[in-house]
Amino acid sequence: MKSAVVVYPGSNCDRDLAVAIRDVTGHEPAMVWHRDTELPEGTDLVAIPGGFSYGDYLRSGAMAARSPIMRAVTDAAGKGVPVIGICNGFQVLTEAGLLPGALMRNAGLHFVCKPVGLRVENNQSIFTNAYAAGEEITVPVAHHDGNYQADAETLARIEGNGRVAFRYIGEVNGSANAIAGIINQSGNVLGMMPHPERAIERAHGGADGRRLFMGLLEAVA
Amino acid sequence: MKARVFVTLKPGVLDPQGKAIRQALEGLGFGGVEGVRAGKLIELDLTEGTSHADIEAMCKKLLANTVIENFKIERQAG
Repeated sequence: MKSAVVVYPGSNCDRDLAVAIRDVTGHEPAMVWHRDTELPEGTDLVAIPGGFSYGDYLRSGAMAARSPIMRAVTDAAGKGVPVIGICNGFQVLTEAGLLPGALMRNAGLHFVCKPVGLRVENNQSIFTNAYAAGEEITVPVAHHDGNYQADAETLARIEGNGRVAFRYIGEVNGSANAIAGIINQSGNVLGMMPHPERAIERAHGGADGRRLFMGLLEAVA
Repeated sequence: MKARVFVTLKPGVLDPQGKAIRQALEGLGFGGVEGVRAGKLIELDLTEGTSHADIEAMCKKLLANTVIENFKIERQAG
């Protein structure tokens, strides 16, 4: 497995994400700087971490989505390489147009930082195949802009095609249909607000995020 | 030349910040504020002759997220 973690100025979950990938897959990911224009040859997983890239200037993820490395990420996604964006990474993927919709300020205006319950809505994807359909898991969130919104037509399309990967159990941030994570049409791009990399061993308070990386390893390797 | 770009949330898109501003105004004793929607004003200092189409492209590619936002361009002479 040759994974790459993209690092922007202001990323702060890049190391946690790299540790999670290394721990679960046994392979050290390459850390790719936002100014780089190419991913390492043979990259078979691109991970976009959480944080506050470019200080959330303009809109969360807006600047990062236009940074030099994103052309390579978009190319890779187009060729079917799995891409996962977590938290700020999800915001970057929507801003880059790799996923539909947008992530707005939490409806309650508060920064939400706590473990939340999620339901695995679709376990047929490369990201969720290690979970049972409908399984309820606990994964931490930590965000201010996690309120997922899309127009009615887009929402209907996402729901109809089974592209909702994870849904919050209970109210978290005002997201339409309580959407916590979505997959693109071709099934190789996932964006999610909760942090699976912060739940990979017992010492984290829970290890429900671990199987996401295990499933990916299985699917990619 | 200068141009001002107004970025506003599309109608129907929930604006939690606008809602909070409205509540704060109410708290300050300003009655009669029935709604507030917050947006952005971006001022561009441009080379003379920059076309409207160029500014529009800037808006679509970066300044506004057209999934949730509308934009309006106001060109200023001089």
